[in-house]
Amino acid sequence: MHLLSTRDLDRDTAIQILDVAEDMAQTADREVRKLPPLRGKTVVNLFFEDSTRTRLSFESAAKRLSADVITFSAKGSSVSKGESLKDTAQTLAAMGADAIVVRHHDSGAAHQLAHAGWIDASIINAGDGTHEHPTQALLDAYTIRERRFGHEARGRDLEGMRVVIVGDIVHSRVARSNVWLLATLGAHVHPVAPRTLLPHGVDEWPVTVHEHLDDALALAPDAVMMLRIQSERMRDAFFPTAREYARVWGLTAERFARLGPDTMVMHPGPMNRGLEISSEAADSDRSTVLAQVTNGVSIRMAVLYLLVAGSSTTDSGEGER
Amino acid sequence: MVARTVLHDADITRALRRIAHEVLESRRGDGRLVFLGIPTRGATLAERIQRIVDEIEPGVSSAGSLDITLYRDDLAKSPTRTPAPTRIPSEGIDDAIVVLVDDVLYSGRTIRAALDALVDHGRPRVVRLAVLVDRGHRELPIRADFVGKNLPSATSERVSVRLSEIDGVDEVTIEP
Amino acid sequence: MSGILIRGATILGEHSDDIRVRDGVITARGALTPETDERVIDAQGLIALPGLVDLHTHLREPGGEASETVLTGTRAAAAGGFTAVHAMANTSPVADTAGVVEQVQRLGELHGYATVRPIGAVTVGLAGEQLAEIGAMAQSAARVRVFSDDGHCVHDALLMRRALEYVATFDGVVAQHAQEPRLTVGAQMNEGVLSGELGLAGWPAVAEEAIIARDVLLAEHVGARLHVCHLSTAGSVDVVRWAKARGIAVTAEVTPHHLLLTEDLARGYDARFKVNPPLRSNEDVMALRAALADGTIDIVATDHAPHPVESKECTWAEAAFGMVGLESALSVVQHAMVDTDMIEWSDVARVLSSAPAHIGRLEGYADPLEIGSPANITLVDPTFSRSWSTADLRGRSVNTPYLGQQLPGRVMATVHRGVLTVDDGALVDAEAVTAAHQEVARG
Repeated sequence: MHLLSTRDLDRDTAIQILDVAEDMAQTADREVRKLPPLRGKTVVNLFFEDSTRTRLSFESAAKRLSADVITFSAKGSSVSKGESLKDTAQTLAAMGADAIVVRHHDSGAAHQLAHAGWIDASIINAGDGTHEHPTQALLDAYTIRERRFGHEARGRDLEGMRVVIVGDIVHSRVARSNVWLLATLGAHVHPVAPRTLLPHGVDEWPVTVHEHLDDALALAPDAVMMLRIQSERMRDAFFPTAREYARVWGLTAERFARLGPDTMVMHPGPMNRGLEISSEAADSDRSTVLAQVTNGVSIRMAVLYLLVAGSSTTDSGEGER
Repeated sequence: MVARTVLHDADITRALRRIAHEVLESRRGDGRLVFLGIPTRGATLAERIQRIVDEIEPGVSSAGSLDITLYRDDLAKSPTRTPAPTRIPSEGIDDAIVVLVDDVLYSGRTIRAALDALVDHGRPRVVRLAVLVDRGHRELPIRADFVGKNLPSATSERVSVRLSEIDGVDEVTIEP
Repeated sequence: MSGILIRGATILGEHSDDIRVRDGVITARGALTPETDERVIDAQGLIALPGLVDLHTHLREPGGEASETVLTGTRAAAAGGFTAVHAMANTSPVADTAGVVEQVQRLGELHGYATVRPIGAVTVGLAGEQLAEIGAMAQSAARVRVFSDDGHCVHDALLMRRALEYVATFDGVVAQHAQEPRLTVGAQMNEGVLSGELGLAGWPAVAEEAIIARDVLLAEHVGARLHVCHLSTAGSVDVVRWAKARGIAVTAEVTPHHLLLTEDLARGYDARFKVNPPLRSNEDVMALRAALADGTIDIVATDHAPHPVESKECTWAEAAFGMVGLESALSVVQHAMVDTDMIEWSDVARVLSSAPAHIGRLEGYADPLEIGSPANITLVDPTFSRSWSTADLRGRSVNTPYLGQQLPGRVMATVHRGVLTVDDGALVDAEAVTAAHQEVARG
């Protein structure tokens, strides 16, 4: 089994992952935090693209489940010397990897690892190009659910909640994964961006698109998710200047002050303070930025457990009889 | 293939009362009692036993549940199971008399997993085991301290415990 | 044995007749009696077509011999029923001098599986900066008449104007790869809902259509011929239709894969479906078929683009653009156009033989299967059907997009200048082909 995208996650599976993540989160306050279910399993973190926070989160999750963890960063390895994805995959297969957590700069890399027949391991997409980043979306959904429902969260979806996603939608795998997952969980998703940063065909997505942030904020959303703006987008004429972007699409202190007291402010990190998000918003108690990091470990534990611990399909088993 | 009922609702109530009394008798000194049931039906039984104990001797006991899914020794050989919640009473289990509660004792592997899970939560003074039915066929050196009913059975037979909170009826059946 | 008698073939799919081949030429038609020194081919139930002519082939030699050579590429061509191919200029070194084009042509003559007509580069090194030695290539032994920077667009408008004018001086034609480079920076697949979902950079239709629109106006202004390579969008069809109605000397081609396959194949990120221009929507495919049927699109050309396995077994973005197509072209055209009753076999003969030969100023294809014409003949069994596999390929590379797809038709025989290159459905050995050509030459 693999986790390649949120687009092909059904509602029940998504909720199952969120619920198991609750169980995993519970173990964080125990005397011994380590759990045994992946003892003897090997989890490989295969990172073709630098991402310290995602890599550490997956490493921490795998270790908490007692897996052996091998981290394979492309920088300085044979991968950066032209070794193909196929050869790398076959090397890892020879090492006996049970699961591969893959981050790649090209869309579809995780899908290819899962389906090209190069390796028989569970593949977990930790971000592929501008395609998807499913565990990020799952941890975002978990964070929204936890904030809204607290101890009553288990088993619930996000029916009727309004989530505004602001920024570079076209290049964002976080946005894509969130759109599919949040919609599957019943939330109303409102992407906001200048047209240059909206993908062609976004009208066909299960969303309501806005070009102006204030229109979306007027909906009194449950959550406002700010996406990181890459500086090279300016150079490539997606928008004229950082100042103009911040003024029109940034969560400025003034906009933040107008948000309702229950609206959470989310950011997948790392943040550009003063560009897409003001410090007032980022540091407020409505910001979930640090909770997202914590929840990331729980979600990744849940995903690793569900994909790697068992032999094949999922079911809810009863004890011995 | 007809299921035979070996314990009716009154039998179950009587067995649990007896277990509650035995637990209290075996309690030495001022030890705090924590009944930890193994989900799903063990957790229900733990709550029932704890309520009886609390009627007899109020304030010395609490109940919770201890999920063992992540500690099973057959995880890798079977389809992935969704864990059930673990609820440890807020006082914790350090220095307490923990009574593990399950519905059926069979191979002993569940209890082995429960002991592993338990030590990750703290260090009880003593750990006891209470089960509603002991059907034999142990595969590990484990035995119960408190047994509702010893039920000799063939491995091919199936023992089912139903509890009103979950199944709408209290009964234990055996079917070939 | 100095002759071939083809008995009972259905000529252009219309009526049954015999064809006699002697000394590389069709010498007789009608009810013919076998002569003692003739090889007799029973062609009952087979359709006789003129030898097919491909105006857009990548033979990769020189420089890309790991993917294809003139020999392996022309063997693939013969297996697909082709007797002439036009070899694209994007080799290494680039075919931008008389020396390179003469070498490529000579290799084709040497092996004898198909006539190889080199295409010359429009600009030096395909760099789009300075005109290549077009006159020298035109006047060389290779007599180049088609010039193209295929793989790159001649995007500088002034350079394109000069190229059209200069090439016209030598009765040549510029075959434009219509792709506005700035609109397709990093582009990976057709721009649409699916590209947005898959996170693959979009390749908008307008990047092709804008160049075609500009080029037809330039061609009109300077009074030159223009050929548009591999049309892939409904909008491109509209532009060409408008240009033809206006009397502009434009011809257009479509590839077999753009007549059959759609962008949905990108969904699995299997790079065998990565091609330039990209696979488009089903509406585009239907518009291209209609345009081929009504003559807006003049020809089918394969854009046979062999790549080594490692160039396709990688991520989509890393993978090379292109598909092999010589072996499958006729089957795909039968499947998409003939079996759907959009065109007849006589139209197939036009779009895959006489029309591309005319655009390329290739002689000997003007009067298909007529007495006195060079004996370039393809015999097809239209009733055959197979699940396409790499075993059906005869070139050096296996990057076919049709694996596992049921395709009709099979080339049972190919005659190139009087010599059988495919016999009874199988390629003839290289030695036998060479020897037979020598025998024909001796007369």
